[in-house]
Amino acid sequence: MSAGTTSFPNTAAAWELPSRGKVAMAGLIIAESAIFTIFVVAYLFYLGKSITGPTPREVLETPIFYTICLLSSSLTIHLAAKSLERDYTRLFLGFWLLTIALGGSFLFGTAMEWHRLIYEHGLTISTNLFGTTYYSLVGLHAFHVTAGLIMLSLVAIFGFIGRMGVTQSDRVAVLSMYWHFVDAVWVVVFTVVYLLGR
Amino acid sequence: MPMLRMKSSTVRFLAQTIFLLSWSVIAVGESGPNSPSPHGTNIFSPASTPAKSIADLSVFVLVITGIIFAVVFVLLAYSIVKFRGRAKDAGREPAQVYGSTQIELAWTIIPILIVVVLFLATARVIHAIQDAPEPPDALDVIAIGHQYWWEFRYPKLGIVTANELHIPVSHPDHPTPTFLRLLSADTDHSFWVPELAGKTDLIPNHPNRMWMDPQRTGIFLGQCAQYCGVQHAKMLLRVSVDGPEDFAAWVQAQQRPAAEDAGAIAGRQVFERNACMNCHAVGGSPADGRFGPDLTHLMSRTTIAAGAAENTHDNLRLWIREPSAIKPGSLMPAMKLSDADLDAVVSYMETLH
Amino acid sequence: MASDAITVPVGQVEARPWVDELHQWLATVDHKRLGILYIASALLFLVIGGVEALIIRIQLMHSHNNFVSPEVFNRMFTMHGTTMIFFVAMPVLFGFANYLVPLMIGARDMAFPRLNAFSFWLSFLGALLLYFSFLGGSGLYGAGSAPDVGWWSYAPLGARAFSPGHSSDYWTLALLVSGFGSIGTAINIIATILCLRCPGMKLNRMPLLVWMNLVMAGMVLLAITPLSAAQIMLLIDRYLGGHFFDTQAGGSAVLWMHFFWIFGHPEVYVLIIPCFAFMSEIIPVFSRKPIFGYPVMVAATVCIAFVSMSVWAHHMFTIGMNSYANSFFTLTTMAVGIPTGIKIFNWIGTMWGGRIQFKTAMLFSIAFLFQFLIAGLTGIMMAASPFDWQLSLSYFVVAHFHYVIVGGILFALFAAFYYWYPKMTGWMLSERLGKWHFWLFLIGFHMTFDVMHIPGLLGMPRRIYTYEPGRGWDILNLIITIGAFIQAIAILVFVSNLITSYFNGARAGNDPWDAWTLEWSTSSPPPSYNFAIVPTVTSRRPLWDLKHPEDPDSHYE
Repeated sequence: MSAGTTSFPNTAAAWELPSRGKVAMAGLIIAESAIFTIFVVAYLFYLGKSITGPTPREVLETPIFYTICLLSSSLTIHLAAKSLERDYTRLFLGFWLLTIALGGSFLFGTAMEWHRLIYEHGLTISTNLFGTTYYSLVGLHAFHVTAGLIMLSLVAIFGFIGRMGVTQSDRVAVLSMYWHFVDAVWVVVFTVVYLLGR
Repeated sequence: MPMLRMKSSTVRFLAQTIFLLSWSVIAVGESGPNSPSPHGTNIFSPASTPAKSIADLSVFVLVITGIIFAVVFVLLAYSIVKFRGRAKDAGREPAQVYGSTQIELAWTIIPILIVVVLFLATARVIHAIQDAPEPPDALDVIAIGHQYWWEFRYPKLGIVTANELHIPVSHPDHPTPTFLRLLSADTDHSFWVPELAGKTDLIPNHPNRMWMDPQRTGIFLGQCAQYCGVQHAKMLLRVSVDGPEDFAAWVQAQQRPAAEDAGAIAGRQVFERNACMNCHAVGGSPADGRFGPDLTHLMSRTTIAAGAAENTHDNLRLWIREPSAIKPGSLMPAMKLSDADLDAVVSYMETLH
Repeated sequence: MASDAITVPVGQVEARPWVDELHQWLATVDHKRLGILYIASALLFLVIGGVEALIIRIQLMHSHNNFVSPEVFNRMFTMHGTTMIFFVAMPVLFGFANYLVPLMIGARDMAFPRLNAFSFWLSFLGALLLYFSFLGGSGLYGAGSAPDVGWWSYAPLGARAFSPGHSSDYWTLALLVSGFGSIGTAINIIATILCLRCPGMKLNRMPLLVWMNLVMAGMVLLAITPLSAAQIMLLIDRYLGGHFFDTQAGGSAVLWMHFFWIFGHPEVYVLIIPCFAFMSEIIPVFSRKPIFGYPVMVAATVCIAFVSMSVWAHHMFTIGMNSYANSFFTLTTMAVGIPTGIKIFNWIGTMWGGRIQFKTAMLFSIAFLFQFLIAGLTGIMMAASPFDWQLSLSYFVVAHFHYVIVGGILFALFAAFYYWYPKMTGWMLSERLGKWHFWLFLIGFHMTFDVMHIPGLLGMPRRIYTYEPGRGWDILNLIITIGAFIQAIAILVFVSNLITSYFNGARAGNDPWDAWTLEWSTSSPPPSYNFAIVPTVTSRRPLWDLKHPEDPDSHYE
C-alpha cells in the first residue's frame, strides 16, 4: 500500500546509457582474461622447469596457417556484423558461415597438432610440466573457441530460417565481441607458447 | 637496530611491561617469561637476535598504532556523546555539511607520512634478518619437515637426529649462530620457536633459510605452524640451547654409532625382522630406513612422537603397540607385535642412548 | 505523476495455494525475491557455520581435550571457513546488492533477471555440494568425509597423494560452481548500474551503496577468476595426472599460494566494501547529515580496489620470499590502510555536528567503526613483515580476521538488517529485542576476539585440534569459548526478532527512517515493478530535495 506522495520533477533531458549486452560481454571478457592470465603465468613460470620429457623446442611446430585462419575469422565476423547492420542478410550469412569455417579449421588444426604431439612425441598432459601447462592453456583456449562456434552455429541456423535481420544486429555485435576476444587470446597464447617459449 | 633511539634493554623492558601489565595475572600464573625451564613461547621474551629485532620493531609499531587508536577513539567517543540527538531537536535538521577539502587533505597526508616512517623502520629489520651473512664458524643444520615429525641433520658433524634440536649458545661478543636450511619431504610445514626467531616455512621443492643465535641456555619450545595434515597439532619442537661443554658432549655422543648391548639382542632381532628397519635407522646396524625418525640415540631425547608424549617406558611401549593411542593419524603403523616381542623391542630401544 | 504503487482494494484477491507460492519463489526472477533468497540461505549457513565454530571452541576449551577427534576437528575448521566466506558472506552481500541496487537507481529490476536467478541457484547448488560431502565424500576410510585441508587447500596437501578420496573434490567443485554464480551476479550488477540508471542519475549522483557495489562487482570479476583457474589446475592435477602443483615433478607449492592469495586478498575487500556501503547509507541518516566527502569516499573506494590487488603476498611473508619482495608487500599493505582510514574519518565527519539517533542500526554502525578501526590497526601490525613472522599462522591472525569479518562485516550486516528489513517486509524489527541482540553480541564478540589476540602473542598456532598445557593458553581459550556461546545466544535473539517482527511488528510505511534515497519513495515492501513511474533525479538525495524544497542538495552539488 502506498502512503507516499513522492512525485519527481520531470526533466526532458536526453538520457543515453550504454547497451547492457555490450557491458555484460565486456564484464565477461574481463573475467575470462583473468582466468587466461593465470594459465599464461603458470606456463611462463614453468618454462624450462620440466625435469624430464620433451621440451617445447623439440616438439612444437608453429601453426601459422591455422593462426591465419583464426585471425581472419575476426575480419569475416566483423564484415558479417556490418552487413547485418545494413540488413544485407545474405551477405551476412555468407560471412558468418565463412567465420564458422575458419574457426572450425583452427580447431581442426589444434586437433592435428595434439594428435602429432601425443602419438609421435609422447607428450601428454601428465608427461611433464610442459605437457601440463601446454595442454591446459591451449585446451582452455580451444574450449572457448568451441563454445563460440556453438553460439555461432546457433545464429547460423537462425540465419537459414530467415530470422536474422537488422533488429538482431545489436546481439550479433555482442557475440562478435566474444569472438574477437577469443582471437585476441590466441594472439597472446601464440606469442607465449610458440614465440617466447621456444 | 630500531629507528627508535632507545636502549635495547629499555625497549625490551617496555615490551614486557606493556605485555605483563595487561595480562599479568594470566601470564605469570601459568608460564611466564621468567620461569626457569623450559622457556615459554612468548614473542615478547626474545632470547636470540632475530626474535629480539622483531620484538623491538613490534613495540615501535604497537606504539604508533596505539597512538592512532587513541586519537580516533577519542574523536569517535566525543562525537557520539556531543552530537547525540536530544528530544528538543526533534524535527529540526542540523547544518548539512558536504565535506571539506582541507580536512580531507590533512587526514590523507598524515597517514601517508606515518606509513613512510613505519615502512622504513620495517625495511631495515627485514634486511637485517633476511640478508644476514653466514659467518664461517656458524653451525649448519638441515631441518626436513615430515608428516608429523622433524628430521635434523648436521652435515659437517655427521649427525642425524629427530624432533629435539641441540644448538650452542651464542655470546654477543663472539657469536656462534645456527643457520638452518629448511626442506620438506611431503607437505608444507613451518618452524616456529617464538623466543628464538620468527617462523619460516618448510616447503617441498622450495628450500628456505633461517638463523638464530640464542643468548640464553635452556629448553625452548615451539611447534609446526603451517597446517600439514591430521596431526599438525602434535608436531612439536624442542630446542635445547647448550653451553659449549654440554654441546660438545652432546655432539660426541650423537656421533657414536648405536650402543651395542648384549641384553638387547632379542629386541634387535625383532626390530630387524619386522618392518621397523624399513622406516627407521639405527647407526651401525643394518637398519637404514629414512621414512621415520632416526633412532640411534632415542634415549637422549626427552619426548617421543615429536613431543606428543614423554619418553618413558610405558609411553614407548604404548607408542609401538598402538600409535593411534597417542597420535591418531600418525603415519607409524601399529606393528601388531606379540607382548613378548613388544617387550623385547622396547628393551632394545632403551639401550639406544 | 507519483511513484505510488498501483493499489488494489483488499479482499478482491484470493490467497494463493501454498504450492503456487512456493513455485513463485523457486521460479522467481524478481531481484527483490532473489535478494531475499540469497539472504535467507546465507542465514541458514550462518547458523550451520556457527555450529561448526562452537564445536571448534568446545574442543579447544582446555588443553588435551577429547570432544572431537583430530579428523573431525580438521573438517570443522575447513568447513567453517569455507562456509562463512563463500556461503554466508558472499551470498548475503549479493542478496543486499540484488535487493537494493535497482531500487536505489530507480530501475525496475536487474539488467538480466534470468541470469540473476541462475547465479543464485548456482551458488546454492555449490553450498549443497559442499555439504553433501559429509555424506558422500569417500574419505580414506570409506566413511563420509567433508574436506579437511583448510579453506585454502594449500598444495601439496590438496593433491591426490595427501588427500585421497573425494573430500577435497567437493571443496573444489562447490567453489568452482558457486564461483561461476558469483561472476554472473557481478556482471549483472555492473550492467545494471551502468545501463539502467533512471534519468538524471549521473554516476556522481548515485548513492554510495551503488558506487561501492559497482566497485565490488568489478573486483569479483578479477578476484574470483584466479581461484577458479587455480581450482581447474588442481582438478587437472588430481584427475588428469597434471603437475601444476606437483613438487615431485618440479611443480611449485608456492605457485598455488600466489594464485590463491591473488584471489584471497581482493576477496576480503569484496566482502568489506559492501559493508562500507551500508555504513555510508546508514550513518548519514541516523546523524541527519549527508555523507561527509562523497567524492573522496568514491575515490578512496576505487583506490582501495586497485591497491588491494597488489598486496596479496602479505599472506605469504613466512614462505621465504626475498627481502625485496617482503619489503614491497609490506609497503603496499601499509598503503592500502590509507584510503581505508580516510573512510573512517569521513564517517566520523558525517556524525560530527549531527543529531545522532541511537536506533539499533546505528548502534551496530558505531560498534563497526570502533571495531573496524582496531581490525585495521592489527592489520598494519602484521603488514610489518618481521612482526608477521611471529604473528602469521597464529591465533593473532585468527583474531584479526574475525575482528574484520565479525566485528566489521557482521556488525554492518546487522545494521543493514535493522535498517532495510522494514523496507523488505513492511514491518519494523523490535527495537527492544534489537538492543538485547546488540549488547549480548557486543559482549560476546569482545570477550572472544579481544582475548584471542593473546594466545597468538604467546605462541599458539592456528589449526591445531589440541594444545599443550603450561603454555598459558588454557584459561584464555576458555574465555574465548564462553564468549562464543554468548554470541550464539545473541544470534538466537536476532533470529527470533526476524521471525516475531514479521508477525507482530509495527507497520513500517514507505519511509520509517526519514531517509533520502529512492528505495524509501516506494511502498514497503515495494511492488514487483518497484516504481509506478520511473523517477527522475537532480541530486544525490532525491528525497531530501522533495522534503526540503527550499534547500535542495542540487544547489550544493
